[in-house]
Amino acid sequence: MQTDNAHLLDIRDLRVEGESDGQWSTLVDGVSLTLRRGEVLGLVGESGAGKSTLGLAALGYVRPGCRITGGQVIFDGRDLLSLPEDQRRPLRGHRISYVAQSAAASFNPAHSLMNQTIETAVQRHLMPATEARNAATQQFRRLSLPHPDSIGKRYPHQVSGGQLQRIMTAMAMHCGPDLIVFDEPTTALDVTTQVEVLASIREAVEARGTAAIYITHDLAVVAQMAHRIMVLRHGKLVEEGETQAMLDAPQQDYTRSLWAVREVQKTTLQAAEKPLLTIQGLNFSYGKAGPKALEGIDLTVPRGRTLAVVGESGSGKSTLGRVIAGLNVADSGQVTFDGQVLPRRIGQRDKDLMRRIQLVHQSADTALNPRHTVRELIARPLETFHRLRGSERERRVQELLEMIELGPRYADRLPSELSGGQKQRVNIARGLAAGPDLMICDEVTSALDQLVQEGILRMLLNLQAELQISYFFITHDISTVRAIADGIVVMHHGRIVEAGPRQDVLSPPHHPYTELLLGSAPQMRTDWLTDLLASRAASASAP
Amino acid sequence: MHADPRDIAPSAGPVRRSKRSLLATAPLSARIAMLIILAYLLVAIFAPLLAPFGEAEVVSQMPYAPPDAQFLLGTDQLGRDQLSRLIYGARNSMGIALATTLISFTLGSLLGITAAVLGGWVDQVLSRFVDVIMAIPQLIFALILLSIAGSSIPNLIIIIALLDSTRVFRVSRAVAMNVVAMEFIEAARLRGEGLAWIIRREILPNIMPTLIAEFGLRFCFAFLTISALSFLGLGIQPPTADWGSMVREASSLIAYGNLTLFIPAIAIAVLTISVNLVVDWFLDRASGLRNAN
Repeated sequence: MQTDNAHLLDIRDLRVEGESDGQWSTLVDGVSLTLRRGEVLGLVGESGAGKSTLGLAALGYVRPGCRITGGQVIFDGRDLLSLPEDQRRPLRGHRISYVAQSAAASFNPAHSLMNQTIETAVQRHLMPATEARNAATQQFRRLSLPHPDSIGKRYPHQVSGGQLQRIMTAMAMHCGPDLIVFDEPTTALDVTTQVEVLASIREAVEARGTAAIYITHDLAVVAQMAHRIMVLRHGKLVEEGETQAMLDAPQQDYTRSLWAVREVQKTTLQAAEKPLLTIQGLNFSYGKAGPKALEGIDLTVPRGRTLAVVGESGSGKSTLGRVIAGLNVADSGQVTFDGQVLPRRIGQRDKDLMRRIQLVHQSADTALNPRHTVRELIARPLETFHRLRGSERERRVQELLEMIELGPRYADRLPSELSGGQKQRVNIARGLAAGPDLMICDEVTSALDQLVQEGILRMLLNLQAELQISYFFITHDISTVRAIADGIVVMHHGRIVEAGPRQDVLSPPHHPYTELLLGSAPQMRTDWLTDLLASRAASASAP
Repeated sequence: MHADPRDIAPSAGPVRRSKRSLLATAPLSARIAMLIILAYLLVAIFAPLLAPFGEAEVVSQMPYAPPDAQFLLGTDQLGRDQLSRLIYGARNSMGIALATTLISFTLGSLLGITAAVLGGWVDQVLSRFVDVIMAIPQLIFALILLSIAGSSIPNLIIIIALLDSTRVFRVSRAVAMNVVAMEFIEAARLRGEGLAWIIRREILPNIMPTLIAEFGLRFCFAFLTISALSFLGLGIQPPTADWGSMVREASSLIAYGNLTLFIPAIAIAVLTISVNLVVDWFLDRASGLRNAN
């Protein structure tokens, strides 16, 4: 056994390559890192930076289709890469464990949570089943899961996403590992849930003195969790340092650009006089007897302005967007668009109304037909709505490609040949091609890296200034709202809890739910989570 | 003005792969199989030029003559040249199978996709109707219909195509269901696109690999169904040459140790295996593409 200051993990000059279409490309390019016992290291970077590959390499593992071409991964004095597989395997799940991004996809739906949690310990004969069950219940309690004694009897679909993520953490900690690799454990969660998961992970890690590698693209999150931060880009180390120092004084331009992302702010515009879209007393439920998904919605979208609709998943914000688009049919209430009552179903609307209201979906991966080229995707609305043909249509396609800041050379690409951000731009261009007055943007930036998000938000702002489009902007992210909104509507359980101009909603006094939502958005300082938990505990204990 | 350089596309390689390089990636087995299928096609097309004798021409006084210099594969029970019948049989057997499969695919996939797109009662009516037909064993159902309608080649094609289209309906409805759930279909509906556009441009290109693979399999099945029907005497009627009936005609000889019947049987088997090898390769590629996405 080594002394406490010794390095638990020592990765030296690691090189990993991945294969696609018969060509090998470098994913991790000579990265070295060291981790002491009980230390938490944050790995930050955009997607494709090699964070996950590096995280998995700490387990001596690479994904199928990848290979390690050089370097050493020394865990507790042994080089994992030179060990045979049957000596590496007992370490995984026992001494080193891994928490994946999507808990929902990582659990087996056919087994109870308890059986999956204790599987490693029981299979490897590390402890008898009863003891393992007790230990797991302890972990559930430590991660502040509700009903820790009985939650193990449930199946993955019977608990929420946040709870599932915590159970996966409990599973990872079950055998008392020395090192846990967290791969974006809260990225798929709402901000309010994220706070709970972050708090319980941090507590559990601190209590046991476990070392951890925390992978994320969210700097504000990593600032709460990590002692040290490493910034990766294109598989190479950009910068490394203590968390506080990295936040205060990043040395590299790239790091600074990552830090600066949250600084997009829309200039406050004069309130527009004429409303474009007005909703009065709108109710909606799924099915006749179903619970109400929207209740008593009243709102106004002014011409040429942005109304941001904020709320966590299940708050009904996307449903509201779909009602306006005519995909969901309201039970009662009235939607007025540019002075005329909007027919409820898309089928009852004429071609011109279809053109004037465009819906841009969240995920460009499913919203763009993978077999159509960029040209075909953008040209179709030009054909159906504007009857453009031949060279006229082609000219307009080029114009639109310029507008979304992609060159004409992208016209012949398929969606699979574009990056995530480019796909989303094409998705937006398809909406623009129709020449809409109102664009419903359903979480269009949520699945993207922050730098890419920033680019798209700036583009949307420019387009609005140029074309006077109104945006109905659905999002759960407060910093996006700050960047783009003129007016804000906060939704919770299908109702509007607060509404008003941006300045008014974002500054106190707040509705309690708005307070919760604003408070839960991570901030770029290391003691944010500590302060937040302290203030919540204080207000909970107050009479 | 161009995209942010930080926002680069994942693939730096060539934007589109040509058909030629696609063929070059085929494994040896698929390439050999493609050559065999090509040879079959050439034989079928140029049958009158290749065959030494006519299709139904009685050329020998001796039935079941053994192979010799004149009759390379011997003669059949009426003294017709086996080789010539085999060559003409390629034309009939493959032509009928192809026609059957084409009809069953057009019908089955169009109805299947329509059911998936429209849903509701259209889907219910079509699917339950198909369920009822599929509940009756295919060969027996075909036998019944053929004995009612009479055993002509057009009847044979239509009946087998109709019965086979139920299977195609099921497959295309199932794969189209996955595509219909995608948001680009919703986007098309928001544009007010008609059913024809949604089927042809939005769905069909996405399910084409599965359909083509299924086409290869169904072609073999149609081929085997016709052979089986001919074997039972309700398929292609004499004197038209067809491999299934040739097996039947020679089947009584097996008791005497004569292996003539294996010649058309091998012709059927080799074609079936070849088509399946190509289909397997195509399915591999198609599923690979899906994973890559």
